[in-house]
Amino acid sequence: MSTNPELPAYTKKDFESGVDPRWCPGCGDYSILNQVQRTLPATGVARENIVFVSGIGCSSRFPYYMRNYGMHTVHGRAPSFATGLKLSRPELMVWVVTGDGDALAIGGNHFIHAMRRNMDLKILLFNNRIYGLTKGQVSPTSELGKKTKTTPHGSPDYPFNPPALALGAGATFVARSIDVEGPHLGVVLKGAAEHKGSALVEVFQNCPVFNDGAYNFLTDKAVKAETQLRMEHGKPLLFGKDGRKGIRFDGRTASLQVVAVGEGGVTEADILVHDAHREDPTLAFMLANLDLTPGFPTPVGIFRDVRRPTADELTWKLIDEAKAKVSGKGPQDVRAFLSTGDTWKVE
Amino acid sequence: MPTEAPPSRQKVSHVETVTIRFAGDSGDGMQLTGAEFMRGSALAGNDVATFPDFPAEIRAPAGTLAGVSGYQVNIGAHDVHTPGDQPDVLVAMNPAALKTNLADLRPGGMLIVNSGAFVDANLEKAGYQQNPLEDEALRGTYRVVSLDMNKLTEAALAGSGLSSKEVARCKNYFALGLLNWLYSRPQEPQLQAIQKKFAKKPELADANQKVFKAGHAYGETSELFFERYVVPASKYAPGLYRNVTGNHAAAMGFAAVAKLTGRQVFLGGYPITPSSEIMQELSHWKEHGVVTFQAEDEIAGIGSAIGAAYGGALAVTATSGPGMALKTEMLGLAVITELPLVIVNVQRGGPSTGMPTKTEQADLLMALFGRHGEAPLPVLAAQSPADCFWAAMEAMRVAVKWMTPVVLLTDGYLANGSEPFRIPEASELPHIEVRYATAPNQDGKYMPYLRDDKLVRPWAIPGTPGLEHRVGGLEKDSLSGMVSYDGMNHEKMVHTRAQKIRNVVEDVPDVQPAGADSGKLLLLSWGGTYGSVRTAAEALRAEGKAVAHVHLRWLNPLPKNLGAVLRRFEKVLVPEVNDGQLAFYIRGTYPGVDPVSYNRINGKPLKVSELVSKANELL
Repeated sequence: MSTNPELPAYTKKDFESGVDPRWCPGCGDYSILNQVQRTLPATGVARENIVFVSGIGCSSRFPYYMRNYGMHTVHGRAPSFATGLKLSRPELMVWVVTGDGDALAIGGNHFIHAMRRNMDLKILLFNNRIYGLTKGQVSPTSELGKKTKTTPHGSPDYPFNPPALALGAGATFVARSIDVEGPHLGVVLKGAAEHKGSALVEVFQNCPVFNDGAYNFLTDKAVKAETQLRMEHGKPLLFGKDGRKGIRFDGRTASLQVVAVGEGGVTEADILVHDAHREDPTLAFMLANLDLTPGFPTPVGIFRDVRRPTADELTWKLIDEAKAKVSGKGPQDVRAFLSTGDTWKVE
Repeated sequence: MPTEAPPSRQKVSHVETVTIRFAGDSGDGMQLTGAEFMRGSALAGNDVATFPDFPAEIRAPAGTLAGVSGYQVNIGAHDVHTPGDQPDVLVAMNPAALKTNLADLRPGGMLIVNSGAFVDANLEKAGYQQNPLEDEALRGTYRVVSLDMNKLTEAALAGSGLSSKEVARCKNYFALGLLNWLYSRPQEPQLQAIQKKFAKKPELADANQKVFKAGHAYGETSELFFERYVVPASKYAPGLYRNVTGNHAAAMGFAAVAKLTGRQVFLGGYPITPSSEIMQELSHWKEHGVVTFQAEDEIAGIGSAIGAAYGGALAVTATSGPGMALKTEMLGLAVITELPLVIVNVQRGGPSTGMPTKTEQADLLMALFGRHGEAPLPVLAAQSPADCFWAAMEAMRVAVKWMTPVVLLTDGYLANGSEPFRIPEASELPHIEVRYATAPNQDGKYMPYLRDDKLVRPWAIPGTPGLEHRVGGLEKDSLSGMVSYDGMNHEKMVHTRAQKIRNVVEDVPDVQPAGADSGKLLLLSWGGTYGSVRTAAEALRAEGKAVAHVHLRWLNPLPKNLGAVLRRFEKVLVPEVNDGQLAFYIRGTYPGVDPVSYNRINGKPLKVSELVSKANELL
């Protein structure tokens, strides 16, 4: 990560606002806050040039706990504020903190448009698969059949898969991590911080009050090796207790398969090597949907990380070109501006 | 610039003012013809005001009533404030245009019709059982000038090599040429304008010039006209002029703010009729320090503007009624975070989709009160197309000075209507001061809500070291800006925000009635009705009636002396293009003042003659 010699040697403490977080005891948000505060000192960006923008929900209290500039805005609409700020001030590093209800229900439209524009925003989506602040209603990521206060007989809705949605919308950086996997989360956040362009980091986050244990299937020591697929760029997609299970691409059925290295003639050369930098998002999309197949592992890590010109870069390229054409005219020359086009003089 | 009429067989009469309406199918180019005639009139030194009136459909089926598009021009030798009540001249390019517009033509007025379009198919589409041009009653009521512009255009372009479709599209220039002759205009400026407009298609430039000249010559040589007219040049203040529509003027106002302050003007918006041109125009002016962003919806449009405002930009969003409704939650956030922002609402007929291309003033109470919670903000309104320039600058000046969102109300009539705009000298432009906080303001700390004596909070923007702070929609401690659920703090903040907006009154000039300072009747108006009401008041005074007029630029805060002025008159008449919103507001604000309303909600500017009769009823 870049270092800027002109900046103070920041530590985590420099990013703590001093306000005591008001999340429930045991909430996964504490861990995410901790990891973000650990990640920022090394980004090479001055503290005053970082802005956190949030919507409404438990996660959206986040900016109050960061010692940066911040906006706590309107339910679902954080990407719109962040977009305006970033376009207006492209030198700023702008983070959006949101939740599954905020980003994917009321804010679904803003979310997909932020992704497709490749606006240079880093969106942290805390996914606890429930409405927490309103005390336990079904969310757009709640699983089918989920019993909540508004779905007492089980949810009849299919959930969104945030990385798949972001990939479909054209995001150039898509990643997933888990609140309790601190070091892994740190690596993913660092990747998002370094990325230029639209970035989604989905964080599986436990809500101990309204959806406790939602991710036990991924985090329990007894099973996590079998249920987590850790993706690392350039490395084979292996998992399992002994690291001998892997993902193979089957060309005949155009599908991903779970195979065991050393069984049935499968060798490590058969295992798909993860390439996060592929322009074509198809394989990343297949990985994002891997666990739709019962018994297949859930991928965590960086699905996709590609570089292309961002909306703010393209906008400012046009502005700079336009400004270069009129160099020599002072900013005060309002009358000349108003006089362009058809005019006539009255003596 | 007065022009010499060429010698002519016909008698030349001077007229003080004339209202001409061009009407035809959407594809007939009537908007262009009207705008060109207006431009020529302004060049000839007349005062002008226009009113384009077109359907919401881009191309309704050709020849149908739904597809009729009109453009009304009022030209005069003295101050013209309105596009005119009733056309004196109607140019009808087809039967549908005649059917939908004839009722408006002044009895005795001139009806110029393109008889070539009065064929069975078109007559049927317009619902005529028989050809109205053969109706004796028509000729008895109006001076009918019937000519086959289709054939005359074809004849002018014989051998040009253009397709028959291209030829047909030139006929609006025949009408323009004819009208140019009728009002004694020189041909040269229009020929140059055609050259310029079709510079990239020389064959069309040539064709349209030929057709224009043919129209002009036809007036001269045919026996259809007994006289022609001259509208003497108006007494304009010296200066450089251009024509502007309200939307163009508003966009120029915002761009001028960027140039005056050297700060970025940021517009975030979403296309909506009739406001889109503001965003479109500003998108062209990147070199002047303007950044525009077309968002995914109305909400994101204002959201992006608030985000940019937090970053220190001079932020704008422009919309119309339905978009305004979508933006209201965001407005509450702008109020509680006390960030500067201008929201332009180009009002149109509502509710819901209503009449998108028609004008209305029915969003006044929404602008004043349409937010949840106690959320006051300054509201002002533009009064004419050119005034949109000044109103835009004033809205931004107040937004920045007072750290508040400001609603600027214009309307569909102002947005699309046009008039000459005198380009101001640099010294006439307002001073807009933009100040950002640069240092801690209390004991080495930055308190975002530590206010000055006017109750304005400081504006610290990202990138400023040491002033890192958070704003947001939760109620804030009255000093530190930390989240506060303390009821007494909330009450204090509600009162403080309200008092700050009341303090804006120091920027609101007292009203000075035009006409008598007290007496029998005061006309009280706001927004786009200025022209009609001012003209009515002048007409009444010319008849010797004791009628005064006050036009409001500011709706919140209202001018300090307004209550006292209203009470000096026996009766107050409030004409509005809504169902009585200003009257309701006045009644609530000034107990005992009970204005009489005059309301029309027909999608059109108020008619002067109707206002005059209403006023006479009260006198």
